[in-house]
Amino acid sequence: MTTLIAIIGLGVLCLIFEIFDFRKAIIPITIIGLLAILGLTVSEFNSPASYYNNMLIVNRFSVSFSSLFIVLTLFLVALSHNFYENHQSKLSDYVAIKIFLLSGAVAMVTFGNLAMFFLGIEVLSISLYVLAASSRMNIKSNEAGMKYFLMGSFASGIILFGICLIYGAMGSFDIVEISEMSQSAELPIWFPIGIVLVTIGMLFKIAAVPFHFWAPDVYEGSPTLTTALMSTLAKVVAIATLYKLLTALHADVNYSFQIVVVVISIASMTVGNIMALRQTNVKRMLAFSGISHAGFMLMTLLSLSTSAGSLLYYTTAYSLAGIAAFSVIIYVCKNRDNEDIVNFHGLGKTNPLLAAILTASLLSMAGIPIFAGFFAKLVLFSQTIQAGYLVVVIFAVINSIISVGYYFKLILAMYTKEPNEERKGKPFLIYAVALIAIVLNIVLGMFPSLVLDLLA
Amino acid sequence: MNVSLILIILLVGAFATYLAGDKLASKVALFFGLAALGCSIVLLNHFNLGENISYISQWITLPKVSFALKADGLSIAMLLLTTALTSIIIFSSFGNDYKNSKAFYALILFMSFAMVGTFLASDGLLYYIFWELSLIPIYFIALIWGNGDAEERKKAVVKFFIYTLAGSLFMLIAFVYLYQKAGSFLIEDLYKLNLTVAEQKWIFTAFFLAYAIKIPLIPFHTWQANVYQKAPTVGTMLLSGIMLKMGLYSVIRWQLPLTPLAAKDYMFIFIGIGIAGVIYGSIVALRQRDLKKLLAYSSLAHVGLIAAGTYTLTLDGFRGAVLQMIAHGFVVVGLFFAAEIIFRRYETRIITEMGGIRSQSPKFTSMFLILVLASVALPTTFNFIGEFTVLYSLSQINIWFAILGGTTIILGAYYMLKMFQHVMLGETNSKLFADVTFSEGLTMVLIIGVLFFFGMYPKPINDLITPSLVEILKVINRV
Repeated sequence: MTTLIAIIGLGVLCLIFEIFDFRKAIIPITIIGLLAILGLTVSEFNSPASYYNNMLIVNRFSVSFSSLFIVLTLFLVALSHNFYENHQSKLSDYVAIKIFLLSGAVAMVTFGNLAMFFLGIEVLSISLYVLAASSRMNIKSNEAGMKYFLMGSFASGIILFGICLIYGAMGSFDIVEISEMSQSAELPIWFPIGIVLVTIGMLFKIAAVPFHFWAPDVYEGSPTLTTALMSTLAKVVAIATLYKLLTALHADVNYSFQIVVVVISIASMTVGNIMALRQTNVKRMLAFSGISHAGFMLMTLLSLSTSAGSLLYYTTAYSLAGIAAFSVIIYVCKNRDNEDIVNFHGLGKTNPLLAAILTASLLSMAGIPIFAGFFAKLVLFSQTIQAGYLVVVIFAVINSIISVGYYFKLILAMYTKEPNEERKGKPFLIYAVALIAIVLNIVLGMFPSLVLDLLA
Repeated sequence: MNVSLILIILLVGAFATYLAGDKLASKVALFFGLAALGCSIVLLNHFNLGENISYISQWITLPKVSFALKADGLSIAMLLLTTALTSIIIFSSFGNDYKNSKAFYALILFMSFAMVGTFLASDGLLYYIFWELSLIPIYFIALIWGNGDAEERKKAVVKFFIYTLAGSLFMLIAFVYLYQKAGSFLIEDLYKLNLTVAEQKWIFTAFFLAYAIKIPLIPFHTWQANVYQKAPTVGTMLLSGIMLKMGLYSVIRWQLPLTPLAAKDYMFIFIGIGIAGVIYGSIVALRQRDLKKLLAYSSLAHVGLIAAGTYTLTLDGFRGAVLQMIAHGFVVVGLFFAAEIIFRRYETRIITEMGGIRSQSPKFTSMFLILVLASVALPTTFNFIGEFTVLYSLSQINIWFAILGGTTIILGAYYMLKMFQHVMLGETNSKLFADVTFSEGLTMVLIIGVLFFFGMYPKPINDLITPSLVEILKVINRV
């Protein structure tokens, strides 16, 4: 609760700085502010509470995911300094939008009422539409923003329709009341239809097959920092919210629902991976890789009551690796007109540290031991086998093998090709973000209990 | 003494080597390699005094994973093999100049760390992590410091990586499944499971995929020859000398005791696969023009026989397999090193471009001849004992297995001696062959010394490994 107010306060502060022309102070102040908010959020971990007639419910789930979102935003804001170097006059807008986006994200995992849930989605989505189109002079960015807006608002409409049907069935927006009533034997047909519509809307935001068609184009067209945001923060927010929503609605008791999750999960992994194999643009490749990771994350929906911890761990591992990878991409592709794999040739020779970081983050995504990505997959597999879905796990393993193919394409390009040109400058913040993110990833790999036990 | 000390030495050694800079890297690496060897000898002494060498601490609460290491005779034998060969391999590469050598030697030590961990781990997941971890350094060693055309090398190395990773992921599923049954990854708890035959067959197959690719057995061997040829000699030595032993060791330690019923049902099939590897490897070796490829295929033949020995499920089969694993480890490292010595002088690995070395360097020729004879299991060499024991155990199962497996000696003698003839004898080559340097000679003499010593006096190793093999056989025969 206080978290949400503080975040919005910070966003407004950013805009005020613009008015008084304190642009240089924006990023340091925002980073300090976010660190303070992180502390504030963590302090609420052991004190669950609800506010405003259950509009917001703070519990361990919401606190731990909110903290993850704040950490990710911290990284993204730190990267902004270098990324928007040439757009100093609009810096406060870009940062403020990210902060408001964070408030939407926090609202989405803290909601206790479907109205709040929808509000959160809209705040998040609208910020994303703006960020996607934020490179005004670039036609691709405009295209990405337009595409994302059209498809996204359509999905929002479907979610809203689903919420209406749930209200029609239950006569309430309150998640606790709905949860209690949903366990009764006789439910109106509107209720499951409502769940399906909301799920479809959320699957769109997650970019799961078959609702994934927007992702590659939007990822490729958007400014790289926005792509980083979409593929880490936005995806994690969406899957966490979907998880929370479905847990509250007791969706997993329904057998046909489980079948649908199995099919979507397998389809996302497979389609994402096979498409990624053919990409030469690194952002597109990571978009497809993100689709396949969405398939992995959806596996948690098969054992809703026990898998909160593993979802948190998987999303943390995935997004930390994503942040590290994207910081290297931002560094390498700065002032280039595309993000083709050619740009990465010989990075292992010209810049061994960043090449090692990118390698480590790709290995983590591929699920090689000692990186957090491995334990994330292990825990997920273990839980899914326990829930009785060995088939999904076998598909997941085959997909992990396929994914090595394209992750290694990038690693090979860095280490075996001759460098094409030297890059000047060593931007401190990019190095710091990449290094901290990957170190956190490895630490979580060595001590998975740190995160796994939070929601146990 | 804490058994994890040896892992710490190797890991710290890897970092220290990287920090030491390009000039000092090789010496620092050798220092830590020798320290690890010393440490494992101390460990051996403690073990011989009857101490229980193990270390366990809780690592992850859910799923329940422990950092559990345990050394029995078998593990210590493999530990000694790994640390001794790592030191020899590092020493043998002193004659080469590698670009960015700090990273190169750090990766060698890191790989040694992972392999030692694999041999010591007594928790399934910890074992799996070390198993996978050993793949990353060899991937980069082969990729960055390898030889030949970069594109072809890339293809070969990536194929190797994806193959081995694919195999081991199936092993991971098997482990996760076993964990669901037992509630723990500890090897003692897994040994106690009573699985149905159908379950065992699935798990056996999953393990088999991982091990057959790593060892490699036919038909999963297609990555091997190309990677051996393209990798730098150090990488080839690590792969053939130690890494493939991880697969054979794991068959004895994990696969057979966990799935004894399936192993008994499938026994003939898998002995057959091993022996098919012997014959196939020997015949293909006959036709090779590249010295490293020839050695790769001969290695395929030898490990086929070792694998056949393990799948007999008899004490003799196990003992012969372990002895032969150690013997093969030394001899194959020696042979690849000899190929490297020739390459340093002739800049070629094509057999027909060599010749006439004998008249220029009789010392090198005699050392090479001893290694060749050891590899074809001449009596008084260590390999003879290993190979003979394995063949004996095969004859207990079915005399035909022993006869077919015995072709390894006949065909082996044929292709190895033919190779020797082309490489060493014949007309004097126009190019000059400088005599072996002191360090090259020392490496060869060390390897030959080990082969002869244990060839004539195998009792220490026999006494070391037999009790633990008997224990494992007890677990296998519990039902």
